[in-house]
Amino acid sequence: MAEEKYVLETKHLGIRFGGLKAANDVNIRIRKNQIYGLIGPNGAGKTTIFNMVTGVYTPTEGEIYLDGERIDGLTQETINHKGIARTFQNIRLFNNMTVVRNVMVGLHNKSEYKTGLFTTIFRLPKHFRVEHEMREEAKRLLALFGLEEERNELASNLPYGKQRKLEIARALATGPKLLLLDEPAAGMNPQETDELTETIRRVRDEFDMTILLIEHDMSLVSGICDEVTVLNFGTTLAQGNVSDALSDPEVIRAYLGDDN
Amino acid sequence: MIKSFFKTGRFRHYLNYLIIVVLLVVFSVMSLSGGMKSSSQYLLEKIAISMILAVSLSILVGFLGELSLGHAGFMCVGAYLGGKVSVLLSSLLGEGIVNLIISLIVGGICAAVCGIIVGLPALRLKGDYLAIVTLAFGEIVKSLFLNSSDASFGGALGLKTPRFDRNTLFIIAFILVLITLAVIQNVLASRHGRAVTAIRDSEIAARATGINVTEYKLLIFAMSAFFAGIAGVLFSFSNQNIQATKFGFNYSIEILVMVVLGGMGSINGSLIAAALITFLNVKLATVLTGNMAVLQNLIYALVLIIIVIYNNAPFLAAFREKYTLHNLWTKLFGHRAEHRRDDEKSWARIPTKINMDELLSVDTTPEDNRAVRLDGDKPDAPSASDKERSK
Amino acid sequence: MEIIITTLINGLSLGGIYAMIALGYTMVYGIAKMLNFAHGDIIMVGAYTIMVTLGISGNPIIATIAAVIFCIILGVCVEKVAYKPLRGASPLAVLITAIGVSYLLQSLAQIAFGTAPKNVSVGNMGTIALGSVKIQGYTIFTLVCTVVVMTALTLFIKYTKLGKAMLAVSEDRGAAQLMGVNVNGIITVTFAIGSGLAALAGLCTLMKAPLLSNTFGSMPGIKAFTAAVIGGIGSIPGAMLGGILLGVVESCCNKISVIAPYTDAIEFGILIVILLIRPTGFLGKKRREKV
Repeated sequence: MAEEKYVLETKHLGIRFGGLKAANDVNIRIRKNQIYGLIGPNGAGKTTIFNMVTGVYTPTEGEIYLDGERIDGLTQETINHKGIARTFQNIRLFNNMTVVRNVMVGLHNKSEYKTGLFTTIFRLPKHFRVEHEMREEAKRLLALFGLEEERNELASNLPYGKQRKLEIARALATGPKLLLLDEPAAGMNPQETDELTETIRRVRDEFDMTILLIEHDMSLVSGICDEVTVLNFGTTLAQGNVSDALSDPEVIRAYLGDDN
Repeated sequence: MIKSFFKTGRFRHYLNYLIIVVLLVVFSVMSLSGGMKSSSQYLLEKIAISMILAVSLSILVGFLGELSLGHAGFMCVGAYLGGKVSVLLSSLLGEGIVNLIISLIVGGICAAVCGIIVGLPALRLKGDYLAIVTLAFGEIVKSLFLNSSDASFGGALGLKTPRFDRNTLFIIAFILVLITLAVIQNVLASRHGRAVTAIRDSEIAARATGINVTEYKLLIFAMSAFFAGIAGVLFSFSNQNIQATKFGFNYSIEILVMVVLGGMGSINGSLIAAALITFLNVKLATVLTGNMAVLQNLIYALVLIIIVIYNNAPFLAAFREKYTLHNLWTKLFGHRAEHRRDDEKSWARIPTKINMDELLSVDTTPEDNRAVRLDGDKPDAPSASDKERSK
Repeated sequence: MEIIITTLINGLSLGGIYAMIALGYTMVYGIAKMLNFAHGDIIMVGAYTIMVTLGISGNPIIATIAAVIFCIILGVCVEKVAYKPLRGASPLAVLITAIGVSYLLQSLAQIAFGTAPKNVSVGNMGTIALGSVKIQGYTIFTLVCTVVVMTALTLFIKYTKLGKAMLAVSEDRGAAQLMGVNVNGIITVTFAIGSGLAALAGLCTLMKAPLLSNTFGSMPGIKAFTAAVIGGIGSIPGAMLGGILLGVVESCCNKISVIAPYTDAIEFGILIVILLIRPTGFLGKKRREKV
């Protein structure tokens, strides 16, 4: 077991805000191509874990490894370059930019699209070539999410469900190994949720992606997650495959209260 | 070929250059044939300087979304250091174009270094706080040059700088306007500009998308300060005497008025506003003398207040929607409303429409005492959907 | 030794003036979440009012009361006309409008009173000798004024219903509104208090530096703002701390002839350094952006 390779591994991960332990001794191991769920009641510390993995917060305890390489303490940008991309619980798009440009920002750091200031100031042929290629690549990505029609719309003008999709497309554009989705189905109706489930599966298959997601919708979680970790008050309640974890008495008590 | 150039809207990108070049050629011919008063030449120099200043501030305020209240400070650094270099060089190289170019480069680079120094706090501070740091920077620079020794920068008496041929200085100044425009527009309408606008729209998302926020913020600060420095050097050549008191807070505000009047984030708007305000400044100064000179400030103040309230007041939102310039145009000339611009074709379009709400992301939400909310969970929204699903 | 004591006391009284002005900035920032850039110019208006009413009545007390009332009316009017329409708009828009108001007040004053600075004497308070240390009367007056104002304000906020409502609005405007606090009313009261304090600060500044022009309030305004930021904007004890710190630094710097010309630069330098070390000032609340 010890020599098994994990895409993401956290060891005794914990963080304190003042006196409060928002997360404590969290050990998550995600294998390649898995869809891994992070669930728990509100305030359980799920987004805090996301924020530590993506470098928004620096953990006060424990370590985080991406493909065996230690990444805790690095900046958000560096962690993204190493291969982790995320979406946000309350969607954060570049609202005053068009849909296609949002995705092009995601492509910004791909090595084949790097052009220096000199190239852009003097409008060398490379500048135009790269811009064209980036746009084509962005359109290809948008097509996968059914957004190619709206590519010239401002991101803020998209309906809610499409904004979520655009956020995933932007995250994928950065070419990650691991995709973090923070409540992708929040605010969606059952039909949209089904569509989203399908999209997430497709992303995994077509991009050979590993996905970690936070979700409250249990039907979505049990539908697509291979494994879950259940958190409450920053600590792990249960871990493992979905049905086992959800039938754990501790988990039921956390969700439904002590009376049951 | 040419037809497609106009059809695709690419010409829009070059329109402002074209207008400036045409005007410049006309004025140059007038000037070189001796048909222009020296006061008009002086006015043109001033307009060019203002244009460079306005455009350079515009990228900071409009595109990066950071307010600078000390832009005149960058200009001051450029004017003094560039001016000093030109004084030192004038014995070696004379007062010709070589001297001018070297001073411009030195002044610009010194200002850019200051820009990076001021930009460093910008990595930690935002909004109002950063505005105050820039204000403090401007005052510090002013104070340092004001109290310099007579031998170094002339102290309170000011620094005497070489004069440059009046007939050609404004031409050089406008060529510099064109260069400024070219550099700034080309940077903004590229992957770098896209990264900058992404940072402005959401810094958190930009970081998560792998944009190097530090690098781009400093780049924009350096660029903005560089061109302000260039404007400062031009100012020293145009005035032949520079005094630190000129580069105070009021001058910074005057530049800000140009940017606000021209429309935040609109380069062309800044150009027009800069020309207009400078023209009015010079003309009003001859009409309004003595105590009446203050009327000019009064007008600025009113213009500033009215424009900002009109453009931003929430209760005027519906009114603004109804009476835009665009609608007015359609009404007057009966054109069909221009259909949505294709992003693909207007390749060089810089996103200019900025929602001011997002310009400054000062976080005013008080820190939560209930620290469990630190992880960002909304207190009620998800639980509502939870209940729905569990039914 | 005497020099040190007089310098310190002068610094304290200067700091008192700054603190009084800084209170106006900090309260408005805490409650209306805006930088009232025109606050310094309210001081100038107050000083001019004192000049005019002193000319009519000859009584400094009546003149001061008139100035306080006039400044309160002015402050409230400015808030209603220029800032209220922008409630809910971006901070940048409000800041630029405030700069516009500042300009407007300065040019109006210049139209009314001309460019030439006026010498205004608000009664001589003489000097007080404590042993070998001689202290100007106005210095003591300013110090007493500051202490009274600070105490009154602290008690007002702690023990009156209105004061508590102000605290509530500064903590969470939305929640306060839901609890039935009249937020617009509270903001008006804040501007009134701030402007009244500015008038008092105008009186104290006038006694210290009797040359009155339309930019009379600019420098003290900017300095006091610096003080408010150093102390932590939005925090009332912070404003006092920052004001007094800045006053003492300024008074000390001015006494040392080598660095005296650079006093302003040093003060702004301190501001930058403090902001870099503690972005929210000494006593400011740290705010974490939610992700």
